[in-house]
Amino acid sequence: MTIDPSIQLPPAAVATVLEVSRLSKRVALPDRVLTILDAVSFSIARGETVAIVGASGSGKSTLLSLMAGLDTPTEGEVRLAGQALSTLDEDGRARLRGEHVGFVFQSFQLLPSLTALENVMLPMELAGADDAEPRARDILGRVGLGERLGHYPRQLSGGEQQRVALARAFVARPGVLFADEPTGNLDTTTGQAVVELLYGLNREIGTTLVLVTHDERLAARCARRIRLAGGKMVE
Amino acid sequence: MTPTPRPLRLAWRLLKRDLASGEVRVLLAALLLAVTAVTTVGFITDRAERALGIEANRLLGGDAVLRGDAPIGEAARQRAAAPGLRATETWSFNSMARVGANLKLADIRALGEGFPLRGSFTLADREGGEGRIADGVPAPGTVWISRAGAQALGASVGDAVNLGTREFRLAALVLQEPDAALDYFNTAPKVFLNLADVASTGLVQEGSRVGYRLVVAGEAAAVEGFVRATRADLGRGQRLETIDDARPEIRNALSRADRFLGLAALVSVVLAAVAVAMAARRHTRRHLDGCAVMRCLGASQRTIATVYIGELAWLGLFAGLGGVAIALALQALVAGVLGRVLGLDIPPPGLLPALQGLGVGFTVLIAFAVPPVLALRQVPALRVLRRDAGAPEASAWLAGAAGIGGLAALVWWKAGSAQLGTVVLGGILGTLAALALLALGLVFGVRALRSRLRGAWRYGLANVSRRAGSSVAQISALGLGLMAILLLTLVRTDLLARWQAELPADAPNRFVINVQPEQVAPVRDFLREAGVRNPELWPMVRGRLTAVNGEAVTGASYAERGGRARRLAEREFNLSQAASFGSDNTLVEGRWFTEGATTPEVSVEVDFARELGWKIGDRVRFDIAGRPWEATIVGLRKVDWESFRPNFFVVGSPGSLDGYPMSHITSVHVPAGNANATNELVMRFPNLSVIDIEAVLNQVRSTADQVSKAVEYVFYFTLAAGLLVLIAAVTATQDERLLEGGVMRVLGANRRQLRLAQLTEFAAIGLLAGLVAAIAATLLSGAIATQVFDLPWTPDWRLPAIGGALGMLAVAVTGMLATRRVVATPPAQTLRAIAG
Repeated sequence: MTIDPSIQLPPAAVATVLEVSRLSKRVALPDRVLTILDAVSFSIARGETVAIVGASGSGKSTLLSLMAGLDTPTEGEVRLAGQALSTLDEDGRARLRGEHVGFVFQSFQLLPSLTALENVMLPMELAGADDAEPRARDILGRVGLGERLGHYPRQLSGGEQQRVALARAFVARPGVLFADEPTGNLDTTTGQAVVELLYGLNREIGTTLVLVTHDERLAARCARRIRLAGGKMVE
Repeated sequence: MTPTPRPLRLAWRLLKRDLASGEVRVLLAALLLAVTAVTTVGFITDRAERALGIEANRLLGGDAVLRGDAPIGEAARQRAAAPGLRATETWSFNSMARVGANLKLADIRALGEGFPLRGSFTLADREGGEGRIADGVPAPGTVWISRAGAQALGASVGDAVNLGTREFRLAALVLQEPDAALDYFNTAPKVFLNLADVASTGLVQEGSRVGYRLVVAGEAAAVEGFVRATRADLGRGQRLETIDDARPEIRNALSRADRFLGLAALVSVVLAAVAVAMAARRHTRRHLDGCAVMRCLGASQRTIATVYIGELAWLGLFAGLGGVAIALALQALVAGVLGRVLGLDIPPPGLLPALQGLGVGFTVLIAFAVPPVLALRQVPALRVLRRDAGAPEASAWLAGAAGIGGLAALVWWKAGSAQLGTVVLGGILGTLAALALLALGLVFGVRALRSRLRGAWRYGLANVSRRAGSSVAQISALGLGLMAILLLTLVRTDLLARWQAELPADAPNRFVINVQPEQVAPVRDFLREAGVRNPELWPMVRGRLTAVNGEAVTGASYAERGGRARRLAEREFNLSQAASFGSDNTLVEGRWFTEGATTPEVSVEVDFARELGWKIGDRVRFDIAGRPWEATIVGLRKVDWESFRPNFFVVGSPGSLDGYPMSHITSVHVPAGNANATNELVMRFPNLSVIDIEAVLNQVRSTADQVSKAVEYVFYFTLAAGLLVLIAAVTATQDERLLEGGVMRVLGANRRQLRLAQLTEFAAIGLLAGLVAAIAATLLSGAIATQVFDLPWTPDWRLPAIGGALGMLAVAVTGMLATRRVVATPPAQTLRAIAG
């Protein structure tokens, strides 16, 4: 599979694309307060690849949802693409995600009522882009699904579905790509192929990659690792 | 306190928890609706029927009446003297009554002591005086006369009234009699006297035509015993009337209304059952894990079945009681209106409709909710380790058989016969299938459209075709409700308006009757002067059918041809004679009259002849004021009754009725607001009666309007049930919708875009339901227009517009309310769910 070298890198608006300061998340239980994330701080530069690793229940997914503005922290701040998330409302955060963020999920999360092409077009259409279709066709061709544009998710294999999900994540050339266990639902060979594709696209587009995984080999391919344990950053 | 058995207590706790979740609420609402629809209709028709029962007692003057054309025999009298019964007699016959110089043929009613046993006479002591309830029958030597009769005879209270050889004093005017029949053409004065006085008049001789009645009232069991014994021992010319035979036209109409409204309510029950089945299926799926844990902890299949069926039983009980309570409130609103329409005092509601409503609720529950829930017994304990292990589905056979069986039982019960029930059930399922087919076509059409849309619009429309099965179910269910409402509102008013527009503007609206032979020429002249171009007066002779082809007949001879044939044969005929017929008569079979025929001939209206089984060549004999008249049927003709001109079932050849007592009838058109013409006519000829056909038609129209309003209201239940199917479908896909909504939010969709996608989906479903309804209503209205009203079929283009708009509004509002949680859930929650 070849990657088109003519694709432009996203504009270098800020050198630090993601900045997390003293981020905490606590939830009140009937008898005590549970701290899921405890004063985590770090920053990620544009184009960096970062793996967030840790055992189950260490707070990885909570950290991901706070960084992407899907949830609000108890304390601390996240700046995404130069914008403090706490200053935005729910719709403002959605717009910011639409403009700067791509997602890849463990269970693909393609919309079953839309074809592969329509799934890839969706984020660009939501952002109001006029050239959604040619770009979606183009990237689907590059992930090897040029012949499967009109197929529905249920007609595709797991690996193919994840390739559509990658195409959807990269089509809008996001500044940051959040990937949550992207190979968790795939067998080793298919998972390997998807990982190659993910890193290939990422290198070419120059996207900042934030990867949540418990797979140390996958994490090892990232330039940097952030390890969580009991809600605290330990590495 | 007796402790509730443990599984039932567990079931109760389960229900309390489940009530917080959507699908149990849909289940509850659907059952509530089914019970409410059936019980409301049941309460209302039950109250109307019982009101009619009380009214019918009054109309008979008792609880049962034995009628005969010969004096009532000793055996019957003895039976009427049984303990617990009261009895009295009345005789009726025609005779001339004279007041001063005025002589009129009168209806004489001789009343035995104690009459009426039910109901009462209302009397006035002078013309225009206040009414008072009579406290007995006329005292010996006195008579009462109907107010109209007294006017016709020119009699005032205190005047001498001569009947036969005896003179009586007019003691009071009768404003209302207990057993008055609705008979516009019977204008003869009614004279009431004491039965003990009849002999002294010398009017009843050997061979006199007298109607004898033995009137009985008393305790229900005693009356029933009398009726049973008397019915087994009816003599020739005798007839037993009970309240069931009284006012058959209203009774039949009510029983048809009960059946029709009941079946209309069942359409809502069918749709509610679809919602119940959908909700129960999802309810089952949500409980798979819980059941697996219970199995793991040692619960037997039986315990699981008891707990979950117990939960349904609690649910059914609440829905049933709630439905009955709502129905009680609704019928109370309707009862007042109904009392005014029928002119009756409506008795309070009975218990039976409530029990029937509860029965319907539990039938729906057992047929549609129990089979999927029973499948929970089969959940393997392994599921606690492997979630993909064992998600048992209810046996399709069991679910299908229970569903169809339950519906068939309900429809057969309401239809009153398996044959009609099967036709109705087939009709409902057939209509739903046709609507579903139409909906499927439209859903596929939507697929082609979506490539032209983008983003949220496309996603919304894509959902319609992705969940094609669910969309088709929603569209057909809603379509059925909308179709019924379109038919009952727009199509009905449009058809009636077009039909009325087809009637000639100068169609006669007044009948003038009782024109005496010597008045024919002056009345014709009067009408000509008043501007009526070609006034026609038809002779009218009243006769009773006595024989066909030489064989004596009575009403009973026609009993096997049905109630209508029997009534037609029993009542007095209005016969006429004519040389030729107007354009409103068409010959169907045989010939018109031949000139110079030596024996009397008759031409008979074709439907009437068919009802009585008469054919060309039959000889029919009538008794006209004690003289026989026989004629041969030479022709059958079809009559256009909508001409509103006087027409007769039986018309004799010219001159054949000459010499028999005869009056004439004519019809005229009086322009609206110009009553003077007929007033002058009556002033000039005081014996004439003018019947305002327009008023009668208006009465009929207003009754028809009220009946169709009732049906329309019942079909609002159907629309509500259709919306419940929509809510059940939305609830069934709630998890998917939450997840997809979350993913869209993650991909950058804002609330507006998400809501737009949902709105597109629901508006499309509503629009399609409206279109399906409009297409079906247009086709049906075409059939009604051409088959019933003989009107050309012109499609009404408002139907798709109004149907579509109504559908979109109803579905969009309901759907948006049902899916508001999708937008309200923060995307992080969705992500956590995704992360597992």
